[in-house]
Amino acid sequence: MRWRRKRGPKAVASLRRSFITPEGVDLKLELASAGTRAAAFALDMLIILVTLILASVTIGMLGHAGARSEMFMILWLVGAFILRNGWFTLFESSGRGATPGKRMLGLRVIARDGGRLTGGAVIARNALREIEVFLPLSFLGVQASQGVANGFLTIFALSWTGIFLFFPLFNRDRLRVGDLLAGTWVVNNGRAKLGADLALASIDQPRRRFSEAALNLYGIYELQTLEEVLRRGQPEAVATVAATIRRKAGMVDDGDDHGFLSDYYAALCVRLERAMLVGQRREDKYSAAAR
Amino acid sequence: MSVLIAPHGDTPLVNATRFRTAHQADWERLDQLVARIEKRSVRSLSEEDILALPLLYRSALSSLSVARETSLDRALITYLEQLCTRAYFQLYGVPDTMLRQVGRFLKSDWPLAIQALWRETLVALLLTVAGAVAGYWLVASDASWYYAIIPDGMAGGRDPSASVETLRKTIYGDQKQGMLATFAAYLFTHNSQVAIFAFALGFAFTVPTILLLLYNGLSLGAMIWLFAKKGLGFGFVGWLSIHGSTEMFAIILAGAAGMKIGTAIAFPGRHPRVQAAVLAGRGAAVAMAGVVIMLMAAGLLEGIGRQTIQSDALRYGIGAAMLLGWLSYFYLPRHWRKRDALAT
Repeated sequence: MRWRRKRGPKAVASLRRSFITPEGVDLKLELASAGTRAAAFALDMLIILVTLILASVTIGMLGHAGARSEMFMILWLVGAFILRNGWFTLFESSGRGATPGKRMLGLRVIARDGGRLTGGAVIARNALREIEVFLPLSFLGVQASQGVANGFLTIFALSWTGIFLFFPLFNRDRLRVGDLLAGTWVVNNGRAKLGADLALASIDQPRRRFSEAALNLYGIYELQTLEEVLRRGQPEAVATVAATIRRKAGMVDDGDDHGFLSDYYAALCVRLERAMLVGQRREDKYSAAAR
Repeated sequence: MSVLIAPHGDTPLVNATRFRTAHQADWERLDQLVARIEKRSVRSLSEEDILALPLLYRSALSSLSVARETSLDRALITYLEQLCTRAYFQLYGVPDTMLRQVGRFLKSDWPLAIQALWRETLVALLLTVAGAVAGYWLVASDASWYYAIIPDGMAGGRDPSASVETLRKTIYGDQKQGMLATFAAYLFTHNSQVAIFAFALGFAFTVPTILLLLYNGLSLGAMIWLFAKKGLGFGFVGWLSIHGSTEMFAIILAGAAGMKIGTAIAFPGRHPRVQAAVLAGRGAAVAMAGVVIMLMAAGLLEGIGRQTIQSDALRYGIGAAMLLGWLSYFYLPRHWRKRDALAT
C-alpha cells in the first residue's frame, strides 16, 4: 500500500484549465474566481445605474422645460431597455469580449471550445441573467411592496431563485447558468509587464560563493517563493528570508540582505536548471537533491 | 550565445537570462501589436505588422514551450502565458464585425434558427390554442372565471359588466392621440422583457414557459368570449390581429426557444447533456434576438397603427400580410445548404 506524502500546504482546487492551441501548446488558462466576477458584475451594474439616473434626471429636466417631452420619454424607455438587455451583449460581442466592468478587472469571455465567440452564445449567456439576477430581485421587490406576505412562499421562491444565483459556486468551472448554456467561460486576461531579470541584476559585482550543502537546501518551489520575495522587495520579508537561509547554510551576516538573496537566487537557479536539463527536476525541499 | 556568456567568465548565466536577451524584442513587439488591436482594431495595424503578427505569435508560443521546460523564472513564464493568451484571442477568437454579424443574422442565421425550432413552435402554438379554447369555455360556463383570469389592472374596464358601448370604444375609439409613439415604445420594451424572461425560464425544464404560454392563451380566450358575447367578436379579432399576428407569433417563438433549451437539458439525445444544452442554447438565443425585432414591429403596429387605422378590413389585411411575411421569411426553402456543405 502506498501512502501519498504530504507536501506543504494542500493544493487548493485549481482554476487553471488546459487549453491547447491549434499549434499544440497548452495555454493553461486561468478561470476567473467567483469573487472577481461578482465584483465585475457589481461594477457594471453601478455604471448602468449611474447612467440611468443621470439620463433620467437630464430627460426629466428637459421634459420639464416642455420641449418635445414625448421624444424624451421614448428615448428613456428604449434607452433603459437597451441598457438592461444590451449592455452586456453588445460589449461582449465586440472584439474585446468584455464589458467595461470585466475589462477593469482583466476578465474576458471566451468560448469553451476555443472557437469564436458567436453572437448567439453572447445573447444566450446574458438572457439567462433574467432568471439569475432579476428574478430574485423582483421577488424581493414584490415581497417588500406587499409587506410580509407569505413567509413560506418567500423562502421557497428565494431558495429556488438562489439555485440559479449561486450556481457558479457549485461547479468546478465557476460557470453561471448562462455560461453553461452558451458554452462560454470567463478567464483572466490581464496584461502584465515582464519583470526584471533577477539573475542579471547583480552580475557586474563579484558574487558570493555558496557551498554544496547550502545549494542543496531548497527546490523549485522555494526558489520561486524566493523570486516572489525579491520582486516584492519588502525589507522585513527580505531580512527574515535572508536570516533563515544564512542560519541553515551556516553563513555569517554580511549586512547586505538583498545582495545576499540575489546571489543565492542566481546560484540556486543555475543549479536547479542544470539538474532539470538532465531530467532531475527537484520540485521542493522535501524531494531528494540531485547529485 | 557565447558572446553572452563570455564577459562574465566564471559566473554562469541562468537560462532565462540568455533566453530573454535573445527574444525579448520579439515579445515586446507582439505585446505592442496586440495591445493596439485590443485598444482600437486590427485596422490600426500596418500591412507589415499584420504579416508579422502570426510569426511573432508562433515564436512567442514556442518561447513559452521552451521556457516551461528549461527555465525556472516564474515571472518570465507568467508573462509569456499572458502574452500568448492575449495574442491567441486576437488571432483566433475574434468575432466578425458588427455589420457582418447583423448581415449574416438577417440573411441566414435568423430563419435557420426559427426553422430548427419548428417542432417546439408547433407545440407552443397548440398550447396557446388549447389555452384560448379553455379560457373561452371556462368563462362561457361561468362568467366569474373572467375575473380570475384577467387581473383588474389589465382589464381596464373591459369586464362582463361593461356595456356594449364601452367595449366598442376600447376597440374603435381614438385613444391618447398625443402619446402614440411613447405607447409603442412602452409596449415594445415591456413585451420584449417578458419574452426574454420566458426564454430564460426555459432553463428550468420548460415548466414555467409552458405555464406562461397557457396563461397567455387563457386570457386571449377570455377576452374573445367577452367581446363575442356583445357581438363585437369580429371587430375585436381585427383590433387584435393588426399587431397580434406578429406579437402572438413572437411570443410563441420565445416560448418555443425556451422549450428547446429545457427539453435539450432533460432529454439530451445523442450528445452529452452539457453539449446538448450549448447547441440548443446558442440556436435558441439567435431566435430570441429575432423575437425582440418582431416585438419591435408589433409594438409599432400596436402603438401607432392600431390607433390610427379604424377600418376592420384594413386591420385584418395588415395582420394577415404581416403573418404571411413572417412565415415566408422564416420557412420558405433557400439555397444555403449547398454553400454550407462546402464550407464545412
